[in-house]
Amino acid sequence: MYKILRRETLSSNVVLMDVEAPMVAKKCLPGQFIILRVNEEGERIPLTIAHYDREKGVVTIIFQTVGATTMELAELKEGEYIHDFVGPLGNPSETEEFKGKKVAVIGGGLGCAIAWPQAKAIHEAGGTVHMIAGFRTKEIVMLEEQMRESCDELFMMTDDGTYGEKGFVTNKLESLIESGEKYDAVIAIGPLVMMKFVCVLTKKYNIPTIVSMNPIMIDGTGMCGGCRLTVDGETKFACVDGPDFDGHKVDFDETIRRSRMYAEQEAAAREKHACRMEGMNNGK
Amino acid sequence: MANKNMSLEKTKMPEQAPDVRNKNFEEVALGYTAEMAVEEANRCLGCKNMPCVSGCPVNVQIPQFIALVAEGKFEEGYQKIAETSTLPAICGRVCPQENQCEGKCIRGIKGESVAIGRLERFCADWHMANSTEKPKKVPSNGHKVAVLGAGPASLTCASDLVQMGYDVTMLEAFHAAGGVLIYGIPEFRLPKAIVAKEVENLEAMGVNIQTNVVVGKSVSIEDLKEEGYEAIFIGTGAGLPSFMGIEGENLNGVFSANEYLTRINLMKAYDGKHDTPIFHAKKVAVVGGGNVAMDAARCAKRMGADVSIVYRRGLEELPARKEEVHHAMEEGIDFKVLNNPVKILGNEEGWVTGMEVVKMELGEPDASGRRRPIPVEGSNYVLDVDCVIMALGTSPNPILKKSTNGLETNKKGCITADENGKTSLEGVYAGGDAVTGAATVILAMGAGKTAAKSIDEYIKSKN
Repeated sequence: MYKILRRETLSSNVVLMDVEAPMVAKKCLPGQFIILRVNEEGERIPLTIAHYDREKGVVTIIFQTVGATTMELAELKEGEYIHDFVGPLGNPSETEEFKGKKVAVIGGGLGCAIAWPQAKAIHEAGGTVHMIAGFRTKEIVMLEEQMRESCDELFMMTDDGTYGEKGFVTNKLESLIESGEKYDAVIAIGPLVMMKFVCVLTKKYNIPTIVSMNPIMIDGTGMCGGCRLTVDGETKFACVDGPDFDGHKVDFDETIRRSRMYAEQEAAAREKHACRMEGMNNGK
Repeated sequence: MANKNMSLEKTKMPEQAPDVRNKNFEEVALGYTAEMAVEEANRCLGCKNMPCVSGCPVNVQIPQFIALVAEGKFEEGYQKIAETSTLPAICGRVCPQENQCEGKCIRGIKGESVAIGRLERFCADWHMANSTEKPKKVPSNGHKVAVLGAGPASLTCASDLVQMGYDVTMLEAFHAAGGVLIYGIPEFRLPKAIVAKEVENLEAMGVNIQTNVVVGKSVSIEDLKEEGYEAIFIGTGAGLPSFMGIEGENLNGVFSANEYLTRINLMKAYDGKHDTPIFHAKKVAVVGGGNVAMDAARCAKRMGADVSIVYRRGLEELPARKEEVHHAMEEGIDFKVLNNPVKILGNEEGWVTGMEVVKMELGEPDASGRRRPIPVEGSNYVLDVDCVIMALGTSPNPILKKSTNGLETNKKGCITADENGKTSLEGVYAGGDAVTGAATVILAMGAGKTAAKSIDEYIKSKN
């Protein structure tokens, strides 16, 4: 059992939790993930590690309440426990190699929670970091302060223009490149569609691009193969070969299709969960 | 002694009827009653040279335990088995007896062999139901040993070591101990309550089981040595699923048997009370002919699908336990033998719509001694399926090898270990599927036992 030491609501549907997991905290590095199970009947879901404190033995996760499991997780309070919490899994992101280089780190929505520590690590390793953070609308903007501290320049974008500049992250990236910024690499973390279009753009400008994949998986150790994706024509397992891949080689269309594998069941579970919560609230 | 039972056939084991059981996940074979067990025990001739024992990887004293059963001394029969076997309730259910003890039985020359597996299961079940004896805790000798993984090899190794007085810590990557016994083998073949009981016994004997620890990620072998573990046993199995490398394998609706079975068995996706989703297919093709293929096919059947096994060799060559093939056939699984997948077909949204297969014929024997399957040109046709489960075998997980300097493995990624379980690293032993590649529960148990003995000798030699 893993104790929740802190719980904070970052935006309407995004929650941050500090979890007591000394073994994970001792070993983890930026880019790695954990798998958790909320309770005995729960499913196993992967979440990227947003932050860690080795001395305190604490791992920070940030998640969006998109399905029944994340809704259940969000209902847990400080002092309560997560049933299972295993990691660190996957390979750490490369950060040292960006020393003295200029990198554009792009976060989309919840992806900012993962992009932020990577930007921070590259910045601390001596790289110049431009961060582009995109959100649908002002209401869901989060982590702005943390991101600002972790890079040289931060560009905030919203799809509807309610905060920062109006437009997609790709609009901003393109205008930066067009205005003469020379990036040695682009790191894109966010929704699959966003990563796909960042890659389409960077391919045009021939800028190496790394994406972070977070597909459906069970064990996270290479056992189920549920997380497989095609990279450069070869099948890879995101859990043990990734989660970071060369974005220009990922078959995004296949990955997007695979992400819908359980869409129907997930919708049903979400509805069932929402009804249960409503029933409980009405009973009060 | 009572009169020998000279029947040529084994005493029948009561089973759930095929068209009932293929709709539920409860155990198929119901076990002998005491009367049936005595009747069957009386078929044993008690051969002096005990050929059956030579077929048992852990040397269960078979004629002796059967003689006790024949006398109605069931608890004593169990104790006799337990002298050499750690998990009789499990082995009695999942061992391929026809290739081991029962394969050597004299009664099998004319008629059926003695039902050694069923008798073993009977004794173990009798003990579980009737014995109030608690597992004994041996005083600690103060030496720490780490056992990696919690499947059959590790459970056996840990059990032997704790009984010798070692402080045993077992590290398991999943959230529960049992390995393939809980994620792979289905409930209807091996009830999970039995595995849980064995795990409970180990804990009662003093084994410290830590789940959610991936050795190689959460902690390294070097860390464990620094933490004062004098020896380490690697029993991490063969968890990496193989795929065929054919077109369409990443379509939605194609699963490794590992994934399909883990969702059903470990995550209990079948019962509607657990959150893990499972794909509800209408027509399933399971590719492969081993026990895992049979398990996946029978699970898919129970989930309501029409199921075919697609296997490139013939019925005779199926590597699965005979009983599993027999049960699968009874349950209405269609066997498309001498058929090999060519590609998996899908629609625009990426879902499986069919599988193209080619018919095969058998040629000359290959390296495995089995006749080599050869494609029949122009015989391709399309199977109408919406789900394909690949049960093509597994290889050891590379995480440990990648994170451990100097741990030698062979080309297939199997850890190199000698006949005593010793690896290329001092104080590090290995056994089970991690060494052999995918094999059987009993062989893994045998390797766990051998390694426990080697570890004991190693630690004693140092102190």
